[in-house]
Amino acid sequence: TRIFQSVNCVKLLYAFLSFAGVSCNSVEKKIYVHLNYTVSCVRLLNATHQIGCQSSLSGNVGVLHVLESEENLDWVLHSGPNPPYMVILESPLFTRSVMMKLKNGSGRVAGVAVVAPNTNPAEGFSPHTTCPNENTGVYSETYEPTMANCNMTVWNPLGNGLSYEEFDFPIFSLKDDNDTQVIRQCYLDHNRAGNGSTPQYPLCAMQLYSHMSAVTDTATCMRRNAINFSLNPEMVCDPLGDQNVWASTRPLNNTAKGHKMWESVVIAAARLDSRSFFFDIAPGAQSGVSGFVTLLAAAHALRNATQEAQPNRTILYTFFQGETFDYIGSSRMVYDMENKQFVVDLDNVHSVLEIGQVGLRADSKLWLHTDPVSRRNESVNKEVEDLIGNLRSAATGLNVTVDVPGFSQPLPPSSFQRFLRARPIPGVVLEDHQSAYTNKFYESMYDNAENLNVSYPPNLTPEEQLEYITDTAVTEVATMVARALYRQAGGEESQLSSIKADPQIVTKMLYSFLVRSNNSWFQQLVPSDFTSYLANRPPNFYVGVVQQSSEPTLLVQYLLANLTGSTINITQDNCKNQREDESDKMYNYMWVQGAAPPNSTEREGYCVRSTARLSKALSPAFDLEQYTSKNFSTWTESRWKFIKGRIFLVASHELEMLTLGVGVGVLLSSLLVTYIISSKADILFSSGREPTNATY
Amino acid sequence: MTASVFFGCTFIAFGPAIALFLFTIAREPLRVIFLIAGAFFWLVSLLLSSLVWFISVQISNKESAVQQKGLLIFGVVLSVLLQETFRFAYYKLLKKANEGLLALSQEETMPISIRQLAYVSGLGFGFMSGAFSVVNILADSVGPGTVGIHGDSQHYFLSSAFMTMAIILLHMFWGVVFFDACEKQRWWAVAAVIISHLVVSCLTFQNPEYVTSLVPTYVILFLMGIWAFYTAGGSFRNLKLCLTCKDKDFLLANHRPR
Repeated sequence: TRIFQSVNCVKLLYAFLSFAGVSCNSVEKKIYVHLNYTVSCVRLLNATHQIGCQSSLSGNVGVLHVLESEENLDWVLHSGPNPPYMVILESPLFTRSVMMKLKNGSGRVAGVAVVAPNTNPAEGFSPHTTCPNENTGVYSETYEPTMANCNMTVWNPLGNGLSYEEFDFPIFSLKDDNDTQVIRQCYLDHNRAGNGSTPQYPLCAMQLYSHMSAVTDTATCMRRNAINFSLNPEMVCDPLGDQNVWASTRPLNNTAKGHKMWESVVIAAARLDSRSFFFDIAPGAQSGVSGFVTLLAAAHALRNATQEAQPNRTILYTFFQGETFDYIGSSRMVYDMENKQFVVDLDNVHSVLEIGQVGLRADSKLWLHTDPVSRRNESVNKEVEDLIGNLRSAATGLNVTVDVPGFSQPLPPSSFQRFLRARPIPGVVLEDHQSAYTNKFYESMYDNAENLNVSYPPNLTPEEQLEYITDTAVTEVATMVARALYRQAGGEESQLSSIKADPQIVTKMLYSFLVRSNNSWFQQLVPSDFTSYLANRPPNFYVGVVQQSSEPTLLVQYLLANLTGSTINITQDNCKNQREDESDKMYNYMWVQGAAPPNSTEREGYCVRSTARLSKALSPAFDLEQYTSKNFSTWTESRWKFIKGRIFLVASHELEMLTLGVGVGVLLSSLLVTYIISSKADILFSSGREPTNATY
Repeated sequence: MTASVFFGCTFIAFGPAIALFLFTIAREPLRVIFLIAGAFFWLVSLLLSSLVWFISVQISNKESAVQQKGLLIFGVVLSVLLQETFRFAYYKLLKKANEGLLALSQEETMPISIRQLAYVSGLGFGFMSGAFSVVNILADSVGPGTVGIHGDSQHYFLSSAFMTMAIILLHMFWGVVFFDACEKQRWWAVAAVIISHLVVSCLTFQNPEYVTSLVPTYVILFLMGIWAFYTAGGSFRNLKLCLTCKDKDFLLANHRPR
């Protein structure tokens, strides 16, 4: 770097020496203001489509235009004299009608930047489809034609489908902060036309880079991935995927896959992921966090009861990743169960209880959704009735009422549907809505702490907020789920009253997943090499590509291990090498940081023994190389080199042409003059004194 | 579209230099060699001044605006003095080289006169200093943006190009005057060259008021040009002869085989 510095130094020096007045900044700094916070929408591909956005290879450049109303679109699309335009939208204008008009803007739109507000819009916003995971659930034409394609119930009526559109210009999200203020000011100073006149050059413009490598569909991009021209093959797309998290109340031998004799498991499932229009923001508070926090709290509540009085059946807690994208996690687990790749198989599955969106209960009511098609079978129906009965009796004495929606109503989008696709397993999906979602911000950037009504009194420090008990509703649901699971697993009645979810743990989890993951509690529960991933913001619940485990997956695994496992006294080396004296393969060992005792800065780590493990959450379509599969998720994410943006002024065409004209003029005239002078140098430079040597 | 700005500025900055190179230097290998050697001497002077700059920036107080401004002025003055020192060193070297060339040469006269050397080395200095002063700016002129988001003048590129053109031509004139002054041991002329170089460099402190830096620079350029013209053997009479096309008889009268 030293060489680099000195080279820079030379450059700088010369910027100084010849044009010293330009102060200490390099020329680039005089021209561009780089945007600090750039969150873009990226391109995703499936078997048939590409969705998302992209810029050209060298970035899209457009003159800034702050859109004030929908009528104002005419300036962008027709009357404005300086196309293409880079449109800055306030979030109320980020609607389907505006975006589709811009999409069909015939090349007059260079890109869009959406200013995210600091408070959620009151009327609701969901860029997802009205019928999430329409084609990969259980309700196909062959299963039950009357229920296919959300014929009976539209689950997400606010969904405008923007997340599933394809835009050929970049779309960025801006925070309402200094950057945005600079952009607005630049617009006001340069581009604002005074009463009807056209604005004068120089105009303020913006350049957005989000060039995507992949194109067309998954089959195409996977084929291109396989082409190796060089030693370092250039990948263009990666499958979406991650890891599922699971744990069992009884240790299961994870090295022996397939059917387990005498084993009967009750699956308690929740989903881990979410998404929004922009890939980097997926708070998923109601759609993901409310469900899995409930399940984690229930698992914690069941720890003592299942250790003291082990019920007949094993409870298997599963947290599915990638469910937003056509059930990646659950379809993989079912596929693995069918192919003897998972620790149990489908014959071992007794029943399924799935916890969906449970954060927003009207009148403290929870709805038990079931599948009417499989319940036509008498024996299945009986099992389902039993499960409903267990849930009902678990709810007694708690501030929760449970109810069943109409018998003929199909299941909402849920991981359980993937189990039903394999075979008619009895099961219930717990939701806070009877038919359409109560969540007004499904799979959007507004599905955040505010949406879940998690709020704190002002003037609390982060540590005080962590300890502050915000809400007990989720705790109640968790207690109910825990008791119902215990009954479903055949546990003893006498234990029931002692099963209680801890409100302290629940609010700490909500704080950590919705406000900031970097807090003293999480720091104690994770291994030391994970601490750098903890951040002062909520985690991003977008599933991401399969190569790396996302932050929430590992966080949930550590939490699950700590909440269901036990501390054992072995050395750090043995812990890290997964060794205890006996029973090696039954447990998973994890060395966590622990807390620092008072008057010390050194943390005291300890070993946690649990059954919390990870399993693959990659769609089977990629293992089978069926990139046009209709049964499995085929979503891939395009690769990109960089995502960035900058604002600057653009000069008028006239000034540019003038510069070129002057340049050509100078060149031609100097050629002419030099030719004349050099051809007549003999005369010009002939003084009598030195006739021979004066020739040039 | 901003490629037009890039080419426009390149032509302005280097147009005269390119024309001079094409018509007066490119045909003679010896001149090309001395041009490149001159450019190299200028580069060495830059290396030394940037070394000093690097050290002084490290030891200076980066918070103090007054100190930084003082440092900048110091850097400019030092660099100008170093450049002129190296011009002198190059002159000395050429004198030695010329003697050697004369010894090697089959002809009686020197293959290249000291005046020609002055012009060629001055242009070499100019080429290199012009390149270093404008290349960064040219790289950013490709766009898509232009200067001005922080309120600077949008004529930055154009004025930079004109400034570079002036500096290249000035180096050429300074070379001619300086070598001649050394040859005749007229030290006041050497001092005049150094002072005008200092003045031109310090004029750039007037930026971003480009008019107040460009106009005096071009006045100095014009004056230096006239001086260099006379030094190189030109005269008003010659110019008149040339312009009125009465040169044919003159040529015949003075014709001698070369």
